[in-house]
Amino acid sequence: MGVAGLLVGLLLVPAVLLGGSFGRGEPPPDPQPALSEWETASDAVPEDSLWPLPQSIRTSRLRLQLAPERFQVVHGAGSSAGPACGLLQDAFRRYFEYMFGRSRWRKPYRASPSAQGELSQLQVVIASSEPGCDSFPHLASNEAYHLTVTEPVAILKADEVWGALRGLETFSQLVHEDDYGSFLINESEIYDFPRFAHRGILLDTSRHYLPLKSILTNLGAYSYNHVYTPTDVHLVIEYARLRGIRVIPEFDTPGHTQSWGKGQKDLLTPCYSGERPSGSFGPVNPILNSTYDFMATLFKEISSVFPDAYIHLGGDEVSFDCWKSNPEVKEFMKKQGFGTDYAKLESYYIQKILDIVSSYNKGYMVWQEVFDNKAELKPDTVVEVWMANNYAHELSSVTKAGFTAILAAPWYLDYISYGQDWTKYYRVEPLNFPGSEKQKKLLIGGEACLWGEYVDATNLTPRLWPRASAVGERLWSSRNVTNLQDAYKRLTNHRCRMLSRGIAAEPLFVGYCPHEARWR
Amino acid sequence: MAAVAIAARALLLLAAVGPAAALWPQPQLQRSPPAPARCPLPPARFHFAHAAGSAVGPGCAVLDEAFQRYRALIFSAARPAENKQPWRTSCTELLVSVTTPGCNGFPSLDSKESYKLNISRDSMLLYADAVWGALRGLEAFSQLVGRDENGMYYINETEIVDFPRFPHRGLLLDTSRHYLPLKAILETLDVMAYNKLNVFHWHIVDDPSFPYESFTFPELSKQGAFNAMTHVYTASDVQTVIEYARLRGIRVIAEFDTPGHTLSWGPGAPGLLTPCYLGKDPSGTYGPINPIFNTTYQFVTSLFQEISSVFPDHFIHLGGDEVDFTCWKSNPEILAFMKKMGFGEDYTKLESYYIQRLLDIVSSLGKGYMVWQEVFDNGVKVRPDTIIHVWKNNLPYAEEMANVTKSGYRALLSAPWYLNRISYGQDWMAAYQVEPLKFKGSSKQKDLVIGGEACMWGEYVDVTNLTPRLWPRAGAVAERLWSNATVRNLQDAYVRLADFRCELLRRGVQAEPLFIGYCDHEFGGF
Repeated sequence: MGVAGLLVGLLLVPAVLLGGSFGRGEPPPDPQPALSEWETASDAVPEDSLWPLPQSIRTSRLRLQLAPERFQVVHGAGSSAGPACGLLQDAFRRYFEYMFGRSRWRKPYRASPSAQGELSQLQVVIASSEPGCDSFPHLASNEAYHLTVTEPVAILKADEVWGALRGLETFSQLVHEDDYGSFLINESEIYDFPRFAHRGILLDTSRHYLPLKSILTNLGAYSYNHVYTPTDVHLVIEYARLRGIRVIPEFDTPGHTQSWGKGQKDLLTPCYSGERPSGSFGPVNPILNSTYDFMATLFKEISSVFPDAYIHLGGDEVSFDCWKSNPEVKEFMKKQGFGTDYAKLESYYIQKILDIVSSYNKGYMVWQEVFDNKAELKPDTVVEVWMANNYAHELSSVTKAGFTAILAAPWYLDYISYGQDWTKYYRVEPLNFPGSEKQKKLLIGGEACLWGEYVDATNLTPRLWPRASAVGERLWSSRNVTNLQDAYKRLTNHRCRMLSRGIAAEPLFVGYCPHEARWR
Repeated sequence: MAAVAIAARALLLLAAVGPAAALWPQPQLQRSPPAPARCPLPPARFHFAHAAGSAVGPGCAVLDEAFQRYRALIFSAARPAENKQPWRTSCTELLVSVTTPGCNGFPSLDSKESYKLNISRDSMLLYADAVWGALRGLEAFSQLVGRDENGMYYINETEIVDFPRFPHRGLLLDTSRHYLPLKAILETLDVMAYNKLNVFHWHIVDDPSFPYESFTFPELSKQGAFNAMTHVYTASDVQTVIEYARLRGIRVIAEFDTPGHTLSWGPGAPGLLTPCYLGKDPSGTYGPINPIFNTTYQFVTSLFQEISSVFPDHFIHLGGDEVDFTCWKSNPEILAFMKKMGFGEDYTKLESYYIQRLLDIVSSLGKGYMVWQEVFDNGVKVRPDTIIHVWKNNLPYAEEMANVTKSGYRALLSAPWYLNRISYGQDWMAAYQVEPLKFKGSSKQKDLVIGGEACMWGEYVDVTNLTPRLWPRAGAVAERLWSNATVRNLQDAYVRLADFRCELLRRGVQAEPLFIGYCDHEFGGF
């Protein structure tokens, strides 16, 4: 990008959607796990560890063994993708390592007493003539898959590679290790597809700089001088693409731009104290032509660097105090006939930015204020609802006006509190707002936000996971998947699985994992 | 989107660039000349040495190892070829002078931790009564060293006279609700020393798991640990913790909490816990330790005999909190015992009966004890030197502090310092603003407050989030317990604590940020 220090909110649509004794004065947890849930049950059924829960699953008690030295993930007959599909080849290797990587299985192979057969292959079959190996995932990507596990081969069918990625994740979650170190999978059949198309995580790299490594870790799982170079950005985008994750950059204007000022003279509005400039600066200065020249150039670059069809333009929390103090701005208000309604000036600015971005053939996302302040929006604009106060009503208004909406308001994960707050995120029902069927269809998903006031590389990962996983299941699984006890059990297992994959996800409650987090 | 607008933001942002030599916790007295001379510290030539006439010389492990440790901490990023400059007036030696001999002992409640530090162009001197004070002085010295733009290490002329406000400055870790690997405990001890904290309260066992490997009763951990092979502390682990702590001037106080909080003891000690009844039959579940059998006291005697010999500190924490009477009430044998003893319906009498016998056992082993406040609240007769640990927050804890000290007992405060209870924002400030002596009472009563402890209970904490949740928040408690009562300016504390947090990152500690900003050395230890 070459624009050091800009507010870059990375919106990531995640691919890997991814028990009591109470200390002195501790309130009982909610839900209250029984004593037995402190321990991971060894007689687990396969559904116990799936996260997010697939739309439809049938499992048999018949167990098949996987021998790591023989088992293969391969392209199936009739697949439109083959060994030239780097995205799948990469995923095959990645999931093989997740499933078998951490054990020393190169010892002589023994048949497990509990297995009734062997699974020798997982065949992946892509149906579409355009599998998508070299393309970027987008809002309309097909993430559905159909997985059949029977002896001797499992078949994973998907229209596009994006569904295959989701199916590989599920397959890897079905494989478990028994007490003797054998890898087992139950015969099963799964039909699965996401409930919402947009399932995102927001990371804030302005309030604290996050090293590239911690961004990448949290996409599946370096950089100096606190700047992301073009190479860094490209790396994030490609790392995300290989996991079926879209990267949506946010360049928030006209507010939230203090850090832009130093690198771009005259961009920000000089605030006045009485008749003189006070030396401080406000939002982007909306009255100068040079502002729009700069924005045109900047967004041209952003449009070419970030391949996604959408750019997030921000537009939230614009403070009018500085504009009100500036005599040139006041003069401009008069000339435009805005009276004293500074929301009109804001809309004037936003309108011009929207036009600039449209001219680069990009769609845009904006925070809800842009809609609330009645800026004229293209019909395909995505309005992100973030204000916690009565967000259902806001969803209703946005969709009633015919705009697409995504929900973030109940999922501000930076607002930490004591106890099992994942249940609060889990219990949200996004479609619980007044509106017609047609309106409901306009809600395309949601985002878990981790704003950076109190978060940097030291605490990012345990604060994000497994709490964001609760949002992940809400956005992927069927509406009726709401049982907290069941979710607790599965999420506890999912968290242990994240640990074994090297992600320092924090505990839900008292207990332990067979493979604890490795101390650095 | 980010709906947080903090008024003082602009001011707070400046804090990332604090003075090079801000100290945490703040010393009792520091004098620096208006324009202090800056003296270079050449990494290749700098060394610590024993002053002539010091009661402690080479061969004292506490100081020898501290010298090595602080050398590495001060010059961690030094490149070898840096001594080319002609150091004319350079500071190459910190002379350490200790008045009282003694290197092989353990720190105690009475240990002297005071020190004086004189830094001038001519000499650098550290005086201390005992080695424990020398350790505190070395920490302060390491925080005084800065590094300029050219990479040169330096120290400014200054003079420090320092001593702790309270002798007991503790941190509680809970290794029962989640197991913490040994390395996480050792790193915590390191950071405690950086904060001049001096007591590691090891809440080692509780209901969920029994990770302590007892040589008298090996079945306790075999049956009671999450995993008997991997989630345990062996005898050598415990020795490692004790010695690692000793070398940093930190006491280790083990807590074996009874008669409640003992569910994990049950499987490895048949007959120890009270069988609960459902109507006329045992329900299959168990309650607190069964206080009515002699075998219980035989077990307790043997176990605490072991604990007394393993943990060298004079004090053992005996717990005694949150005893649930439901199970005792359901058990017919207990009912009969209550009748026989003339306790009526008052189960606190039964609890007191147990605790009394336990205290006698522990006294007979020559140990002192600490207990949670319920033991005092329930009127159990305790020895006059008992330390009452105040933790409850339902009533104003100041009242409890007043009551405890009025009865002549020593008090230890934790109620406002449950750091496991997280909330949004800069909650270190609430911990910082506590004034432990703000309760109604005579100055004699105030003298009975020996300090406090920050607690990190383990319901939601394991090795994945322990360090950032603990630091720098526990630092707020550390300064409250070390520094003068007048040191309470939040702005000033913010600047120094943000700076200290960056220093922690430089030392490789995963300490979380106070607020927006950055450090020169960000955390990179994935």
